Amino acid sequence: MIHSLFAIFIFPGFLFLCVISLAAEFIDRKVYARLQNRVGPPWFQPLADMIKLFGKEDIMPEEANPLMFKGLPIFALAAVATAFLYIPLWSPESLFSFDCDIIVVLYLLTLPTIAFFLAGWYSTSLYAMIGAIRSLTQLFAYEVPLFLGVLAPAIIANTWSLSGLIAFYRIHPVLAACNMLGFFVSIIALQGKLEKVPFDIPEAETEIVAGSFTEYSGRLLAMFRMAIAMELVVGASLFSAVFLPFGFGLPLAGAIAAYIVKIVFIILLSCLIRTLFARMRIDQMVEFCWKYLAPIALTQILINLLIKGMVL
Amino acid sequence: MAKVTIPIGPQHPSLKEPESFSVTIDGEKIISMTMKLGYNHRGIEKACEERTYLQDMYLIERICGICSHTHSTCFIQAVEEIAGLEIPRRAAYIRSLVGELERIHSHLLWLGVAGHEIGFDTLLMYSWRDREIVMDLLAMLTGNRVNYAINTIGGIRRDINADNIRDILKAVDTLEERTKYYIQIATQEVTLIQRLSGVGTLSFEDAKRLGAVGPTARASNLPRDTRKDDPYAAYGELNFKVVTDTHNDVYGRTLVRVGELMESYAIIRQILTNLPDGPIAVKAPRKIAPGEATSRYEAPRGEDLHYVKSNGSDKPERVKVRAPTLANLQSVSKMLENGYLADFPIVIAAIDPCFSCTDRMIVGVHHPDGELAGAMDWKALRTYSIDWYKKNRGVNFKIKA
Repeated sequence: MIHSLFAIFIFPGFLFLCVISLAAEFIDRKVYARLQNRVGPPWFQPLADMIKLFGKEDIMPEEANPLMFKGLPIFALAAVATAFLYIPLWSPESLFSFDCDIIVVLYLLTLPTIAFFLAGWYSTSLYAMIGAIRSLTQLFAYEVPLFLGVLAPAIIANTWSLSGLIAFYRIHPVLAACNMLGFFVSIIALQGKLEKVPFDIPEAETEIVAGSFTEYSGRLLAMFRMAIAMELVVGASLFSAVFLPFGFGLPLAGAIAAYIVKIVFIILLSCLIRTLFARMRIDQMVEFCWKYLAPIALTQILINLLIKGMVL
Repeated sequence: MAKVTIPIGPQHPSLKEPESFSVTIDGEKIISMTMKLGYNHRGIEKACEERTYLQDMYLIERICGICSHTHSTCFIQAVEEIAGLEIPRRAAYIRSLVGELERIHSHLLWLGVAGHEIGFDTLLMYSWRDREIVMDLLAMLTGNRVNYAINTIGGIRRDINADNIRDILKAVDTLEERTKYYIQIATQEVTLIQRLSGVGTLSFEDAKRLGAVGPTARASNLPRDTRKDDPYAAYGELNFKVVTDTHNDVYGRTLVRVGELMESYAIIRQILTNLPDGPIAVKAPRKIAPGEATSRYEAPRGEDLHYVKSNGSDKPERVKVRAPTLANLQSVSKMLENGYLADFPIVIAAIDPCFSCTDRMIVGVHHPDGELAGAMDWKALRTYSIDWYKKNRGVNFKIKA
């Protein structure tokens, strides 16, 4: 009991996730800045931002529903933190692994987006409402390619559990290379989930101020910011387990190092995408996802089915 | 979602200056847009009437933080015309030189702003980094990064020497290389092209009818450039071409601006190789003879127009400024027709607006029912303000007869 609670809240659960999320946010911001020829923030900046926001007053619009307005940030944070518990980080087994946990992780990762939508909707502000609608529109566009991309490796492995997946690719490491199309699709779809350039349409500051979060301030905003920072790490961890299933067999120190290298690599890729592109328009984004991402993801599924039929 | 009207401004992250736009949208489509000017009225024209011509020049220079040389030169040209002063050729060349450097810094600034409006912050950081090169040049030549104060009635205040010329040529080479890179980005980067092309279209006919000026007009293939049409300073002796484009949209405006950067580099090289020797200023009288003059100047944003009337004293009787943004604002609502909300910031930014420069006149305001509100005279305005304070603040000012 105590052991489980420690695992959930301290290590490798919530507190640990907070620490690596802040570190990931720092890497993301620093590399983004260096790519743009800027100096970038010092290492403690994400933590300082959080402390500052937590120290600020919460202001709530008079017409907003207090329960929803205050509950949604916690909801988003809890959903992301829960998803983290089911992902194998450096040991081949996750903390609470069970059959079909990959589906649960994907759905838990959808919850924050729903929370962003509801938060915008219940803020009763015009900017927030437009941002909320954009969040949801975007969700329908990137979610299917993301699911197809992440589930494709599971098709070869013939299992819906992350630990089963890792066990399979430990035996057939070459087959992991076949999933690169899915990896590509998922990395791009992750930008939509994290609401970052080129898919930062729901919080396009030059159009709708801060989108769903326009009315949020203080602790509640800090929780949303934390949820997004955690989403990056959780997404990167999920991809590292699914698409880069290496290093799980190493001794503990080596496995942890492999995990860090993998998630930093994925964060750097996400950062590079953020640097290279301009923000798309919502109609262009939906078109791009359905015209290009979804067919590429389907191709990946087709490839994997063929491999499964012919090679295995 | 039903039709909603969202306020963009007076305070909004996409606007660098306070200005109010009400955009009615249906989903993501813009149905209509109304704008309200006048949040930045500073009374500069009136203030000019209380100061001497030389003081006015420094005041006028502060109309705009970006095209400051534009306004000061435009004003000085009108004053010199009334006074019948012929400025030395060297002064004319140096005025053109500073004018072109200003155009370069303004266009690089615009490129960054445009990048930011479409969420391409990398472009913003790069172009603003390169803008520092030209800012340093301006600081070296004039002593200031903005508000250069190089003009004086009858010429210029500071001469340039051989060292300056060498530094400028070196910096221009660097800038030209970087600009070529931006042209490459503008013509190859997919998301950038997707976000800019087909957005904010303004046809040739509309550009002509609505009186668009500057790069906005030139991107609609309307070769309107005061430097060519009505040469001032040294432009009559310089060889350059007017950059136009047939895209008619924001993409075209981007191409025109980067194209003009390349032209500006060529102009600067010509100025520096042909720089005539001689004095830099002629002596100007303190009092200007009675008369009036209108002066035109091609600002980075388009044609700037100043009108000065003198009554024989050392202070002007009337100064009137028409900044280029005012001429371009009319076409904005045309550009936004059937557009997307997401394109709103970039369409506004594409005319390179300078709202505080524009806000110095009273425009007849249309009532929502379409009737033109009568302008209030001084007495009516005073009565209105007294009534307003009585009703809303409980303060009772006595009206003196």
